[in-house]
Amino acid sequence: MKSLMTGNEALARGAYEAGAHFASAYPGTPSTEILENLAKYKEVYSEWAPNEKVGMEAASGASIMGARALTTMKHVGLNVAADPFFTMAYIGVNGGLVIINADDPGMHSSQNEQDNRYYALHAKVPMLEPSDSEECRIFVKKAYEISEEFDTPVLIRTTTRVNHSKSLVNLEDRKEVAIREYKKDKLKNVMTPGHAQRRHPVVEERLVSLRHFNNASSLNIVEKNTKKLGIVTSGISYAYAKEVFGENASYLKLGMTFPLPTELILEFTRDMEEILVIEENEPYLEKEIKALGIVCRGRDVLPICGELNPETIREAFLGAEKKEMIPMESKSPTRPPVLCAGCPHRGFFNALKTDRDIIASGDIGCYTLGAMDPINVTDTVICMGASISAGTGMQKVLDIQGNTKKKVFSFIGDSTFFHSGITGLVNSIYNKIPVVTVIMDNRTTGMTGHQENPGTGKTLMGEEAGDINIPMLVRSLGIKDENIKIINPYYQDKAKEVVKEAKAATEPFVIITQEPCALLKDVQILRRNSYVEIDQEKCRKCKTCVRTGCPAIYIKDGSVFIDREMCNGCTLCYQVCPFDAIEKKGDLVNA
Amino acid sequence: MRKEANILFVGVGGQGTISASNLLSAALIELGYDVKMSEVHGMAQRGGSVSTQVRYGEKVHSPLIEKGTADYIISFEKSESGRWLEFLKENGTVISSDHEIRPYSVNMGKEVYPEGIIEEMQEKGYHVKSVDAQSKAIELGNAKVANMVLLGILAKDLGLEKDLLNRLIEQYFKPALQEVNLKAMDLGYSL
Repeated sequence: MKSLMTGNEALARGAYEAGAHFASAYPGTPSTEILENLAKYKEVYSEWAPNEKVGMEAASGASIMGARALTTMKHVGLNVAADPFFTMAYIGVNGGLVIINADDPGMHSSQNEQDNRYYALHAKVPMLEPSDSEECRIFVKKAYEISEEFDTPVLIRTTTRVNHSKSLVNLEDRKEVAIREYKKDKLKNVMTPGHAQRRHPVVEERLVSLRHFNNASSLNIVEKNTKKLGIVTSGISYAYAKEVFGENASYLKLGMTFPLPTELILEFTRDMEEILVIEENEPYLEKEIKALGIVCRGRDVLPICGELNPETIREAFLGAEKKEMIPMESKSPTRPPVLCAGCPHRGFFNALKTDRDIIASGDIGCYTLGAMDPINVTDTVICMGASISAGTGMQKVLDIQGNTKKKVFSFIGDSTFFHSGITGLVNSIYNKIPVVTVIMDNRTTGMTGHQENPGTGKTLMGEEAGDINIPMLVRSLGIKDENIKIINPYYQDKAKEVVKEAKAATEPFVIITQEPCALLKDVQILRRNSYVEIDQEKCRKCKTCVRTGCPAIYIKDGSVFIDREMCNGCTLCYQVCPFDAIEKKGDLVNA
Repeated sequence: MRKEANILFVGVGGQGTISASNLLSAALIELGYDVKMSEVHGMAQRGGSVSTQVRYGEKVHSPLIEKGTADYIISFEKSESGRWLEFLKENGTVISSDHEIRPYSVNMGKEVYPEGIIEEMQEKGYHVKSVDAQSKAIELGNAKVANMVLLGILAKDLGLEKDLLNRLIEQYFKPALQEVNLKAMDLGYSL
């Protein structure tokens, strides 16, 4: 049977067909839908972990106990999980262990453009790179075979366009694989220095065997069309190269890109007149191929920054002339991402955005948009969980300077708090740093598309979960009762009062805003007939409501309107209007 | 039925470009074409400019459409058609909703909304079909089916059988949403 699937759906299908037993991961674009889809197959236990390190360790444990285990993450997630990743390369596996890592060239939804192929090289873990959805399915199955045959974790490296492009997939049945027997083996599974010293040579020998295996592997495909031009490529770059060069080149499409099949590369390139290496971002393949003494090129004309596409390749190698379009005078306005209409984050940001004495340490999630016009609150965003820890460093410097006028507020969402924010809060309590932590609890993992998390009371597989109570957790760590405030972020008067109190605090202070994401289905149903409208006679066109940045509010022909389809009655604009020109309509929930 | 085409769906995050592309792709698969589709998730979905790409034919390699090669641009928002216009092939067709979503920069007077963009394209010889998809969808009782109105217009132009799309709507949508989507598709097909 054939089915049109995204790479992520096909990766999940591959794990299912391979007889995987266990999967644990943290969401992150573009990897999120792998586990969401795997959870649909009830034969595989799938869970959301609070972060990628936990996911990697849980999967490692499952592998040690003999199960076929999977963990998935976006590229920066592997930074978080790097510690167990490197050591699992020494320990190896019992049941197969597959790690799917999704890079994001072009940074569609990421804070950096790191090329994680170097992680395979660095950790000495074999790496596969599928080019389309069918290969995603097949490569996961191959990865489990390699993992168990060579006693190693296997990295599958994808990129956004592989994860989020759809192409045809052949479906096969699941092949049940028995969970292997667990035997205590301290020399292999306990990485003390003495044991690790014995394991390192094993890892090196394994790389030699893997290279030998790869030279003969069907994961790599040679397409001979001509001796004039040979192209070495992998992943999505293969699809682009084929689009541009078609039958006018021969191809060595590498499916396993670490350790590289050096003999195969030498053989393919030997009788080619010219050799091009086509790859996105870092010249990983090109450097390795040049090290074999082969004359080749690619990076001299391909960009190192951003995504590749057929056009970039065409212009770089063929100098194809650009067709000029008929020029237009009408220019489309810039359209950056914004917080949605009715987003609870906007409510709280609005309550403090005019206070220039607040330094805001931000985090990864929808509320990163607190840095954008017209909110402009956020001063810095580094990585998942950095808001509170970076905030303690910033606040300490203010303390050293004796600056009591300024105050650091750290903004973090519920899911990110569970991910790696808790340790930052521990730091503020332990070292007595009076940073204000704002936990913006919207009852979901918003940016990646509504995944459950340890605070939502539901698991990935839809079952009832142990839900962690954020106020109780904060209290148990040592934040005093009088320094914990729980508010609904829509209500401006109360929010402003709490901000004032927090600013004056001389001890670590926590504000918890509680209001579910406006895009959650239950919320949308609840607020379906909830909206506000502008009384055009009362409106003085002062634009105070427009400056909340709500995308439902717009100006046309000089008058201000609220889009009925977008508005869901959060009442923020109603509260800020100085002329009482905004009227509540329908059965308003936030009355 | 057209044997191959590159179709670019553009709009503002949350407008339903992905579900329209999914339905079209499912139909093309049933007809035996090779199909590649590319979508965007994550941060970009939050009210920003988005695109979904569908390519079909006997054999398709790249999921991405190159500039100057789109046979169709289906724009869910008026000014978005202009942003992606350089992707249009010579003699390609723009099918655009006349729905306007004004970004903050326009509301604050820092940028101008191109009210006359459709007329300018037409004057300059671009083949543009403008349709009030949003108000038609609201009349049908659900603003979200504007995507099916636009898809209906495209399907007719491609020569894609309506019966097939109708059957897929019944397959992919919950019963409560089937009727309004079928009506929207029907309306698009009649335009």
